[in-house]
Amino acid sequence: MEATLTQADPANLRPARRAAVPSAVLGTLFFVVAEVMFFAGLISAYTISRANQLPGMWPPPGQPALPVGAGAVSTGLLLLSGAALLGAYLVWRRAPARATAPLLGAWLLGLAFVLLQGREWWALLGKGLTLTSSSLGSFFYLIVGGHALHAVGALLVLAWACARQLTGKLSPGLFFGVQTFWYFVVLMWPVIYARVYF
Amino acid sequence: MSSATADAGHGHHDQGFIKKYLWSTDHKVIGFQYLFTGMFMALIGGFTVYVFRMQLAFPGMSVPGFGRVTAHDYNSLVTTHGSVMIFWVAMPVLIAALGNYLIPLMIGCDDMVFPRINRLSYQLFLVSSLVLITSFFVDGGAFGGAWTAYPPLSAKAAYNLTPHGAPLWLVAVALEFVAFLLGGINFITTVMNSRAPGMKMFDVPIVVWMIVIASIVFMASVGPLVAGAVMLLFDQTVGTGFFDPSRGGDPVLWQHLFWFFGHPEVYVVLLPAMGIVAEIITVFSRKKLFAYKTVLYTAIGTGVLSFFVWAHHQFVAGIDPRMANIFSVTTLLISIPVAEMVFVYIATLYGGSIRLTTPMLWALAFIGEFLIGGVTGIFLGASGSDIYFHDTYFVVAHFHYTFFPIAFIGSFAAITYWFPKMFGKMLNETWGKVHFWGTIIAFNFIFIPLFLTGARGDHRRIYDYTHFPDLMKAGMQEMRVLATLALVVLLAFQVVFLVNFFYSLVKGKKAEQNPWKANTLEWVAASPPPHGNFPELPTVYRGPYEYSHPEAKDDYWPQNQPPQTA
Repeated sequence: MEATLTQADPANLRPARRAAVPSAVLGTLFFVVAEVMFFAGLISAYTISRANQLPGMWPPPGQPALPVGAGAVSTGLLLLSGAALLGAYLVWRRAPARATAPLLGAWLLGLAFVLLQGREWWALLGKGLTLTSSSLGSFFYLIVGGHALHAVGALLVLAWACARQLTGKLSPGLFFGVQTFWYFVVLMWPVIYARVYF
Repeated sequence: MSSATADAGHGHHDQGFIKKYLWSTDHKVIGFQYLFTGMFMALIGGFTVYVFRMQLAFPGMSVPGFGRVTAHDYNSLVTTHGSVMIFWVAMPVLIAALGNYLIPLMIGCDDMVFPRINRLSYQLFLVSSLVLITSFFVDGGAFGGAWTAYPPLSAKAAYNLTPHGAPLWLVAVALEFVAFLLGGINFITTVMNSRAPGMKMFDVPIVVWMIVIASIVFMASVGPLVAGAVMLLFDQTVGTGFFDPSRGGDPVLWQHLFWFFGHPEVYVVLLPAMGIVAEIITVFSRKKLFAYKTVLYTAIGTGVLSFFVWAHHQFVAGIDPRMANIFSVTTLLISIPVAEMVFVYIATLYGGSIRLTTPMLWALAFIGEFLIGGVTGIFLGASGSDIYFHDTYFVVAHFHYTFFPIAFIGSFAAITYWFPKMFGKMLNETWGKVHFWGTIIAFNFIFIPLFLTGARGDHRRIYDYTHFPDLMKAGMQEMRVLATLALVVLLAFQVVFLVNFFYSLVKGKKAEQNPWKANTLEWVAASPPPHGNFPELPTVYRGPYEYSHPEAKDDYWPQNQPPQTA
């Protein structure tokens, strides 16, 4: 970095180019494209495997039904969390200091989603639905687990953003990047819920 | 790497060797890391093919440098050759090395927008290479389920006999994709947001466009393969049955997930090679690129179409014949934009003052040899003839007539063309031409015989043909021997390249700033460019291909030269 400065006389530096889309958002968006395709691959594999089953073999006999009700509750929690983050952004644009509460709210709602999912998994494992018990179990844990891993990862970054916000040092780049990724986690979930639970 | 690569701008800020070459965030150093890792992996890919081709030509003999090849070794060698050449040579050299090196220089900025993500990308790639190399030495040896890893062969250790090699191979491939994903995000974002002032969309050099389009195609296609890789890894290690029909799974599902990535992947590596050729033929025919926008739009068209052709790999895998018809049509369609690009390049050459330098020879050879690969692909894209040709050496020869021009002819064109910029030294032209002719002639002598044996039904997955009297009939074994001898000649000529490369690196003639008299911005920087690239960041006034323009005083007109001084 020093070298750049020693060579290029600051007076000669061109004016900073105004990007139409900030680099942090653009970079995360392209990452999200790849992630969406990852889940598209998993969900279409699941759809094909399901369509291949003999009549009467789906859901596989002896396997518990997926908890549609609890799934609906967690879907609601996650959507609320996304809405809270959007609210945090709208407040932050005008008064950055006042965005702390909705930001923490978004994080807590996201955490509640992950914990509720964990509780569901625990119950399902107890009822005999495991990764190797049937192709339903394999796909369920793979797809929902894949999403849960993304949610946990995104929550860690969101926690980092919350910490920066509490010390008043939340940079626009981090905030934009986190938002882009969290909206992906939030919006991917209803698709998974609709395709896998029913 | 010699003295001056990164010293010039540093003065007393000189970093140590590790900081400068192994832990750098400089896009040029990361490009070199990819280049040299790719070149090293190419040696592995070359050695494996030498060993198994010797076994095919002289079954049962002790191969010099390896020993007797067992059937088990043979599977591992073929798998390693395929995976290494595509994932660890073509991808890192064509996209990662050249993309990293060229993009910031050609669009006139000082570095990538995410330099630390860029460094992470190379480090992940290095780890993936090390994981792959480790898998050669574990119990059971390297993965032996072919580079396409079809289950059930790849899913069950009882079938592929490589219980540790198989999961390690999958982990290595997955890591490598993450590395290129991070690299690709950087490429696209940098080109979108860091172009020099004045550089509009149609002033971006074609090779940069091609790398960007290839990165987008890669990012949109890699997801399903990673999904499939996770499923296959679970089948191998945890005991799930995603691809096991006896447990409700479907082995053909893997083929869809694999080829949904695998076919776009062909265009991911083809497009950068096409871009390199576009740069070189304009410079060495001193003529404006014929139909810049046509090249750009056909490249985008190729990228889009490449998502709708994958099932032509599965015509005999039991897919619905109605689906085979659709995929035959899309596959034949995709030859149109690619042919269009080739026509545009020929039109660019027409009437130019052509200079047959080494890079130009490589670029011209690319057009000719790739054309043979494309034309023979028609037979495989049409489902009727594919049923006969499937799994014969005709497929192998076709595939290598596309991939060798892409991965090697394209890379040699790029390395010989940008070497003066990269290292500040000129390559030796005479030895460059010796290497060129030795490689090209030998290459044709490898694969034309394989087209002929393939057309006579020579099956590609056989370890020792002496057990198959029908495939040993008049002339068949002679063809195999001819192909193998030509391969040995081709490999021997690569020594010429390596000696020329490293000798010129140290003792070569010093390169000027713009030895080829080219227009694009990388030639504005010093040779080699210091850390930070440009003494003063350039402003762009025109497109990249204004050669022999009537208003310019020279036969070239650099992009950054203000109009009034012309």
